[in-house]
Amino acid sequence: MSRLDVRKTYKLYIGGKFPRSESGRSYPALDADGEVLARVAQGSRKDLRDAVRIAREAVSGWAGTSGYNRGQIMYRIAETLEDRRGTFVEQLSAGGATKKAAESEVAASIDRMVWYAGWADKFAQIYGNLNPVAGPFFNISAPEPTGVVGVIVPEEPALLGLISRLAPVMVPGNTAVVLASERFPMPAITFTEVLNSSDVPGGVVNVLTGFKDELVPWLADHMDINAVDAGGASPEQAIRVQEGAVHNVKRVVLPSANGPGQSPYRIAAFTETKTVWHPKGL
Amino acid sequence: MTLAPARTSILPDRITTPTLRSFLRSVPSVDEVGANERVAALSTRSIKRESKRAALDLITRMIDLTTLEGKDTPGKVAQMSAKAIRPDPLDASVPSVAAVCVYPNMVRYAVEATEGTSVKVASVATYFPSGLVETDLKVEEVSRVVRLGADEVDMVIDRGAFLGGEYFKVFDEIRRVKDACGDAHLKVILETGELVTLDNVRQASLLAMAAGADFIKTSTGKVQPAATLPVTLVMLEAIRDFMDATGVVVGMKPAGGIRTAKDAIRYLVVLNETLGEAWMTPDWFRFGASTLLNDVLMQIRFLQTGRYSSPDYFTKD
Amino acid sequence: MAIEIATPATPPLKWDYAGSKESADIANIEERYGLFIDGEFVSPKSKKYFPTINPATEEPLAEVAEAGEADVGDAVAAARRAYAEVWGPMDGAERAKYVFRIARMIQERSRELAVVETLDGGKPIKESRDVDLPLVAGHFFYYAGWADKLEYAFPGIRPRPLGVAGQVIPWNFPLLMLAWKVAPALAAGNTVVLKPAETTPLTALMVAQIAAEAGLPPGVLNVVTGAGATGAAVVGHDDVDKVAFTGSTAVGKLIATQLAGSHKKLTLELGGKAAHVIFEDAPLDQAIEGVINGIFFNQGHVCCAGSRLLVQENIHDRFVDKLKRRLSTLRVGDPMDKNTDVGAINSRAQLEKITELVDSGRDEGAEMFQPDCVLPDRGFFFKPTLFTNVAQSHRIAQEEIFGPVLSILSFRTPEEAVEKANNTPYGLSAGVWTSKGSRILWMADRLQAGVVWANTYNKFDPASPFGGYKESGFGREGGRHGLLAYMDWDEE
Repeated sequence: MSRLDVRKTYKLYIGGKFPRSESGRSYPALDADGEVLARVAQGSRKDLRDAVRIAREAVSGWAGTSGYNRGQIMYRIAETLEDRRGTFVEQLSAGGATKKAAESEVAASIDRMVWYAGWADKFAQIYGNLNPVAGPFFNISAPEPTGVVGVIVPEEPALLGLISRLAPVMVPGNTAVVLASERFPMPAITFTEVLNSSDVPGGVVNVLTGFKDELVPWLADHMDINAVDAGGASPEQAIRVQEGAVHNVKRVVLPSANGPGQSPYRIAAFTETKTVWHPKGL
Repeated sequence: MTLAPARTSILPDRITTPTLRSFLRSVPSVDEVGANERVAALSTRSIKRESKRAALDLITRMIDLTTLEGKDTPGKVAQMSAKAIRPDPLDASVPSVAAVCVYPNMVRYAVEATEGTSVKVASVATYFPSGLVETDLKVEEVSRVVRLGADEVDMVIDRGAFLGGEYFKVFDEIRRVKDACGDAHLKVILETGELVTLDNVRQASLLAMAAGADFIKTSTGKVQPAATLPVTLVMLEAIRDFMDATGVVVGMKPAGGIRTAKDAIRYLVVLNETLGEAWMTPDWFRFGASTLLNDVLMQIRFLQTGRYSSPDYFTKD
Repeated sequence: MAIEIATPATPPLKWDYAGSKESADIANIEERYGLFIDGEFVSPKSKKYFPTINPATEEPLAEVAEAGEADVGDAVAAARRAYAEVWGPMDGAERAKYVFRIARMIQERSRELAVVETLDGGKPIKESRDVDLPLVAGHFFYYAGWADKLEYAFPGIRPRPLGVAGQVIPWNFPLLMLAWKVAPALAAGNTVVLKPAETTPLTALMVAQIAAEAGLPPGVLNVVTGAGATGAAVVGHDDVDKVAFTGSTAVGKLIATQLAGSHKKLTLELGGKAAHVIFEDAPLDQAIEGVINGIFFNQGHVCCAGSRLLVQENIHDRFVDKLKRRLSTLRVGDPMDKNTDVGAINSRAQLEKITELVDSGRDEGAEMFQPDCVLPDRGFFFKPTLFTNVAQSHRIAQEEIFGPVLSILSFRTPEEAVEKANNTPYGLSAGVWTSKGSRILWMADRLQAGVVWANTYNKFDPASPFGGYKESGFGREGGRHGLLAYMDWDEE
């Protein structure tokens, strides 16, 4: 007699916990052939609202850690990812990738996380600097995290796309509310389990699965989100984000021709530059 | 003015808010990062068996066992006093604590319960914890608790007046309360959690000592943060400078938030290495605490038996 | 000035917490170590070994090999091959992961490394545990992260490694100096031949074991133990592209002479005689801690030690009184006691140097103060010492003592403070204490020192560049600037 497997419920990840949607809704995650793989939570505007509130509360703690500390935590995420390669390869394969492509995507995701982890205690050294002003003043410009960032992850690649957009947000000390791939949501939820076992403080990263057309407007209009990464949004969603951003002057990153690459200037997009003056004299 | 001559020797000739302001600004500034580092370094001191037992014993003798709740009753105070006198029912070698600390309405029950023992009765007064009442009423409350038999009075300073720069008001209140204390000894609560900066703590410490405090105390326990190691360090350094200038010894009491024996030992290390051996006595240092006592008893039991203990073996009050 | 203080009615507890000993059980020190060449431990062709002792007890800990010319030749050849075939061509991201592995393993074995560092060198266990080891791991982590980002470190250049780096490090921070040298060198794509100091070789050999366990390709890191001759052989070898040295100014000058006319790139981190300036508005109690830390941390065996206290004259007496009182609370003794503040002097030779200079201080007319403390009857120990009444011309104000000895001078104005501070051939570090921010910046602009600490002292971070002006050497270690020593590039 073959053994019956224990099926997993896929829930949201908010504040370091795994709640169901307050709406009670769920939707099926399908494999490449349209077969149901599992049911995942269908996030609501209230889930989003709660996630933003929690992300805001988490900002001072996360922004207050040293770059070294954040780098250590992000490196730990990479270690845990490495440990769970098998699960991710399976999920990406179920989504239609060949085993080789899936393995390659997972390896690239781990390496990308390591790459960004290494920026946490260095980014300020290339993006901040002393300014040689004319006058007896010490003048320094330093990057600070912008605060709470809404991240719209591209539909594909389901894991690498998520990490490519999330890592640069985390590096300088921002917290994130992430809308996962709608079509292939499972890697995102498995990834939140990785976050949860990697000393990432609760609330720093919050992930909602659900329908982007339903959630994007609420994200776009929310007055307590500082920036939105719309790089993974559809053209229509990106426009909606820009329209909503107007209300509280959110910083918006738009989809661009660049694929899921890596650059320290993606980090810069989610920082504010603070310039401080101080006289030099007796 | 009934202040001791030594205290007046450092005060300005005319005591007004402006002269007190300059007087207070004469204290050295405090670098918070440096103070935190000193405290962190002292927290790495490793205290082993025999010295740990001695410390636990001393901590017990230094505790002002405290209950300051709206729901306090004579019964509660009687039970707490019994525990104060004999903390561990199974072990007579554990000494009594220094004092019990209660609200004015409970003083008579504490006095009754501790009659004939070494345990003193400390009463909070001056409309603790806020102190936002006219000075006359505060002084009257002090007189009342002293009449009722309190050995020690724990007063609060007017933090609003201090932060607003009304230094004469703060000074004068302390001076008048000290007068009303008679033979009772006066602890002045600075409420460091509301003063926030270590510079304020340093200045308020000097103000309180110059005005007649027998002890300076960190907190009411009703505001977070209550006692912390950096605040304690700064207050001890203020005491040291005051002692150097006047020869007057003022005691110190951290209160609130000290829950474990490990915490309390850290405070003792800071005391030992800032003010020295002579200070390791309840005459000059107290802990304002309630749950601390049971943790200390558990640690003593562990040292005696070699087995980690359980809260079940100690009375809750 | 002493005022009678009352005694308390309740007799105080005399609280003694000496003797909380860290166990040495965790340390697996072998009886004898070979040289680490091309990924494995080998016997020296020189056939010579020498002992390394515990300076707190004078007991031998182990025997290590003395690398001769031939051994050094083998190490350089291994480093060259590894550079040409493996490490040089390797993708930065892969190099990064090797260095991350080493960092992680150092973190995992921190306690063990700290214990061996203390046994071999004499520094208090609480320092090796709480200061040295976290910084060591931190340096490896920091530079690992640069390995695949070199093109961002300096705009407009396409960096490449130099090749084989020969590195000679001192005995005062054996592991930390190893990290400062090895981490950036590897991250930038160079291979290394490292010569640790002869009195403190053990933790370097442990790092070699860690590197092997981490799978670091053979030849990328080589450790050749020995004394001055071994160091000279490393520095002088023709196939070394880059030399990095930390140590005394005298030896640094010898090396620079040796290298004149060669193609080798050189960085030097040498001695210091730092001025520690205290203004009247300093946060006094924290300044006292800063001064104490500045000169007694690591027994004063620190190139950037604040060994010249320049205190504003109008607070001189009060400050010195507080200092003397604070000196009396320092715990001097067994470095393995977790409560020890001041440990053992690293060697008999160093102890003799310190003693000689302290004697000169008394002879030249300065006034000496030492607290009452009982030194252990074995081992090399020296009481924390301060001198008042010191003139700029006294030897104790001019020469680097490299021990727990503070020379105290005074000044009246900021200009005078700057003049006195800079009046030395050295220029490694300086300290300034004042509440006034503008004065900090004014002083920092004028102090001829590569590191200025304001309202703090002896602060180190992998991200913060460290190095000297003038005869304290050239080149910087740490931070983005620390990469420069290990990179090359073409100009337009």
